[in-house]
Amino acid sequence: MKEIKIITKNLSLFYGDKQALKNISLEIQDKKVTAFIGPSGCGKSTFLRVLNRMNDLIDNVKIEGEVSVDGVNIYDKNIDVVNLRKNIGMVFQKSNLFPKTIYENIVYGPKINGIKDKKTLDEIVEKTCIQSAIWNEVKDRLNDNALSLSGGQQQRLCIARALAVEPEIILMDEPASALDPISTAKIEELIHDLKQRYTIVIVTHNMQQAARVSDMTAFFYIGELIEFDRTTKIFTNPSIKQTEDYITGRFG
Amino acid sequence: MSEQEKEFYSRSKDSKYGKRIKKFTRTKESLIKFFFAVNGVMALIFIILIFIFLFKEGFKALEHIGLLDFISTNRIGTDGSSQTVYEWYPTSTEPRYSLIPLILGTLLTAIPATLISTLFGVAAGIYLSEIANPKWKEFLKPMIELFAGIPTVVLGFIMLVIGASFFNDLLHPDNRLNAFVASIGLSFVIIPVIASLTEDALHSIPNDLRMASYGLGATKWQTISKVILPAAFSGVSASIILGFGRAIGETMIVLMASGNAANITTNIFLSVRTMTATIAAEMGEVSQGSDHYYSLFFIGIVLFTITFILNLIAELIINKMRKKNTF
Amino acid sequence: MLALRKKKRDFIGTSAIWLVRILFFSLVLALFLLLGKIVSQGIGTISFEFIFDDPKNNMTEGGIFPAIFGTIAVTLIMILLAVPLGVFSAIYLNEYAKDSIFSRIIRTSINNLAGVPSIVFGLFGLGFFILFIGRGMDDVLKTGLLFGQPALIWASATLAVLVLPIVIVSTLESLNSVPKSHRDASYGLGATKWQTIKNVVLPQARPGILTGTILAISRGAGETAPILFLGAAFFLPNLPVSDLCIGDYCIPMINPAKQFMYLAYHIFILATQSSNPTKTLPIQYGSTLVLIVLTFLLNITAIIFRYRFRKALGRL
Repeated sequence: MKEIKIITKNLSLFYGDKQALKNISLEIQDKKVTAFIGPSGCGKSTFLRVLNRMNDLIDNVKIEGEVSVDGVNIYDKNIDVVNLRKNIGMVFQKSNLFPKTIYENIVYGPKINGIKDKKTLDEIVEKTCIQSAIWNEVKDRLNDNALSLSGGQQQRLCIARALAVEPEIILMDEPASALDPISTAKIEELIHDLKQRYTIVIVTHNMQQAARVSDMTAFFYIGELIEFDRTTKIFTNPSIKQTEDYITGRFG
Repeated sequence: MSEQEKEFYSRSKDSKYGKRIKKFTRTKESLIKFFFAVNGVMALIFIILIFIFLFKEGFKALEHIGLLDFISTNRIGTDGSSQTVYEWYPTSTEPRYSLIPLILGTLLTAIPATLISTLFGVAAGIYLSEIANPKWKEFLKPMIELFAGIPTVVLGFIMLVIGASFFNDLLHPDNRLNAFVASIGLSFVIIPVIASLTEDALHSIPNDLRMASYGLGATKWQTISKVILPAAFSGVSASIILGFGRAIGETMIVLMASGNAANITTNIFLSVRTMTATIAAEMGEVSQGSDHYYSLFFIGIVLFTITFILNLIAELIINKMRKKNTF
Repeated sequence: MLALRKKKRDFIGTSAIWLVRILFFSLVLALFLLLGKIVSQGIGTISFEFIFDDPKNNMTEGGIFPAIFGTIAVTLIMILLAVPLGVFSAIYLNEYAKDSIFSRIIRTSINNLAGVPSIVFGLFGLGFFILFIGRGMDDVLKTGLLFGQPALIWASATLAVLVLPIVIVSTLESLNSVPKSHRDASYGLGATKWQTIKNVVLPQARPGILTGTILAISRGAGETAPILFLGAAFFLPNLPVSDLCIGDYCIPMINPAKQFMYLAYHIFILATQSSNPTKTLPIQYGSTLVLIVLTFLLNITAIIFRYRFRKALGRL
């Protein structure tokens, strides 16, 4: 039986008076890749940021409805947001490595969570770099500045950095949109490997990418969830006309 | 509820996500925030106090002296005839408080200084941003900044001991120390202000615009004069306004080089006395609480208001320009 | 036919560019002449005795040590008062305060306060620190006229208020230059606000903050107008120093209640108000050279810091 990891029910989000998300209800399954697609401005990235409460950092945002992870409503007022974000990793559109060494970038998360032992930290670095398929490229230059890496390497290092705090869920906000085709292929391969152990939610504007990497696909349009189904179904036989129009390139 | 959902919610008991916020963390974070907030509020209080104290003391002058007396005084002559005079003579037995000579003196030093500085400052900005070889620029730009770091007392001193004699021999002015000498000294302060802000404004013009102009066959000067300068017009004018504000508020140079005689004149080669120099020269000697004391604070209000408004205008122009330039 | 070989003649343009060049380099020339004059006239006066001796013979001979000491003492106390307050309040404004009309008004006021004439700050120092705080303390503590008169502490406090906006503005700029994406990355990894500020924001903003602070210090050290009536003295036989004793153990400390000599003020007073300005001209040039060297050292340090800071930012 498929396990559910995240449930949202009637979720709405407002920037001041403007409603950006309207009554979104969906279930995200454990250890699967779920893709959010849709034209720009449709709310898919905003929705992704609802899942680890990154929107809290913006003034004037109001959220209604329920978002539960493992049965816990994460918008309950006693929930520790910091702990939540630790357990839900996030990879951003543009690589946002700190201007520190490769090593320091990866151990940033573990260190702020109180791990001080050098040996443990070394192990974390090696383990996460191997998992994110970048170990061979960086193992001899861990003390170089992280910004000296290529764009694709930087993005995989961002994934390694996210893995270092041992999350169960990884949110990816258009992780390959700024990369060349070869680097993109490497990231997609990596996503495929990671789904054995992690629940992955990915926002992408590249429909082929969604079709290649995801198990489930959600189509968003102007703040609404239009259709949510198995990826194969969405891309071969969508049940709603708007989805079909978008998939076949008639708008967007 | 489906079986799946029931199983989902039953997991909440031992979920990692349900962790409550540790009281310690929450307290620590809010204490840190409180600490910074206290500093912010203290800084804010000082800023408000400046307004309050300046205006509190200055407005007392209005009670004692009256607004009209800051413009002119009626003097009864020995023959009984009444005469309207515009004089700053607060220590007289019949004190006169007209600000007209001081405002004239300020303008007579600040306006020529701004004109000279606009010529040199804008040229320097254009040179640094558009003409200079980038390698040279890395060296030349800091030099202009060093220029800006010269203490004004040094410039006043140089104008007093060298500048005044130099211009005396060259131009034979009416007074050795005069508005012209002071405005040359002021230019040394204003030029770096205008130069660096002009350079910023020109530098912020996107390179596409230059390429488009060159692509259409324009020469370098055509590109600068027809494309770059018009596009940066608001930034350049803001820099001139800020420079003018600095010229009005500068004290030491005018105190040392303008001669400090409160003449009513538009002759740039006569001694003049500015508002800033008046405060600087007289504040040390007045008794606290006298009309003279309050009138000096009133001059302070006038200076504060003028420069604050000039700065505000410049900031509005710059903000507008930034909005326009972000594509 | 295409006239590719024909060189475009733009006489006006070429001369305009040359004019700009000439204006710029005459400016550089003026700067060098100015500095050259000060150095050539002042260097002869500079000696160990000049730096470390007291003025003698009604200030026509001797050194300028008390003025140098006073400048350093005033600046030091100014730094203590202004820099932490300025940096911390900038952190509050940029990192904690919500973006509202209120916070925008505060930012605008601070920006504009940086352009208010320094003499106006002098008036504020007199009206607020000496007459309100100082006299107020005298009344409450029944000390007679002790605090309510010009003194080192009031000069430092006034200069601190003068440079406070400069410190805040430059700190705000440095904090602002740290990309939002780096903050997001840190929050995304489960860092708290303070952890993010401490580990991500401040390390990146530090060189910028330092640059602004050094420039503010140099501004304070070279400022004359506001301290004219706040305790700068023509000549004092003693340094503003008193022994601070704990039991039998005494250490000399800066005494902030005393008046002081000040380098910039010293130049002003010798050049304009002394009995024989021509006779003291070498001392005036020497003092000017010392002041210039002091402020240039600070400014050059700041420029180098900023150069490195921009280079580091350019890599992001």
